Amino acid sequence: MTVTAAFFYLFATITVASGFMVIASRNPVQSVLFLILAFVNAAGLFLMMGAEFLAMILVIVYVGAVAVLFLFVVMMLDVDFAALRQGFLQYLPVGGVIGVIFLLELILVVGAYAVDPGLVRSPAVPIPAPDVMTNTEALGQVLYTRYFYFFQAAGLILLVAMIGAIVLTLRERVGVRRQDISKQNARTQETAVEVRKVPFRQGI
Amino acid sequence: MVIGLGHYLTVAAVLFTLGVFGIFINRKNVIVILMSVELILLAVNINMVAFSTHLNDIVGQIFAMLILTVAAAEAAIGLAILVVFFRNRGSIAVEDVNRLRG
Repeated sequence: MTVTAAFFYLFATITVASGFMVIASRNPVQSVLFLILAFVNAAGLFLMMGAEFLAMILVIVYVGAVAVLFLFVVMMLDVDFAALRQGFLQYLPVGGVIGVIFLLELILVVGAYAVDPGLVRSPAVPIPAPDVMTNTEALGQVLYTRYFYFFQAAGLILLVAMIGAIVLTLRERVGVRRQDISKQNARTQETAVEVRKVPFRQGI
Repeated sequence: MVIGLGHYLTVAAVLFTLGVFGIFINRKNVIVILMSVELILLAVNINMVAFSTHLNDIVGQIFAMLILTVAAAEAAIGLAILVVFFRNRGSIAVEDVNRLRG
């Protein structure tokens, strides 16, 4: 039990500390790297709670896709990040006051909550024991049957996001000469070559 | 020392507050604001999974997965808008976003 507690405090401390470094770090590249650290440790917390599939998905989706996307954008944009940090201290008091109030309210809620015992007795879809069915299998058996429309809606959201991102960032550069295969193939001898009779010693 | 629901909720609450705080103090940098939003969504996910395992109900994990989907889509769209904005204005400072103000 103490090992569990030790791992919980390890993961929780690193998650919170790297979450703080995300917002406090001077360099956005370091912010993204701390964000990755926060996600990996949150995945550790998920593992400790028993949600193995979500932990792996968190590592794959967040660390593998979202954080790398952030890293690409941060490194691609040539931005003077020092100028963006002007006014950091100016906003600190207001942000600090609001943050402290918010945290106090949340702690009051967390400290004073009580779960209705009826809820514990009647879960909508109970989690099967780990030796009966793995977490992944249990999730799939609910996701593809009972929450099938939610699953489809998630797919639609991803499709819209994908098409939206492509449409937003695709640009037609003017003045760039590209190869046009069909135009090349449509050329005939009449349009491409002109035979002229050149008079002697005069040129064209 | 038993690690219960309250411990996880506290971690999530602190993480959520850090996200909100980050939006306040990094008011000029859109990239850090987007990262703060990701932190907030991560905190919500921790809450979802904590309640799911505590109440022995797997539906919370389904919803955590849907939140993850929306977060990924939001990051993609947000960064795409950021790239287009940088291409047009040469800056990503929030106070430069005033073209609609006239």
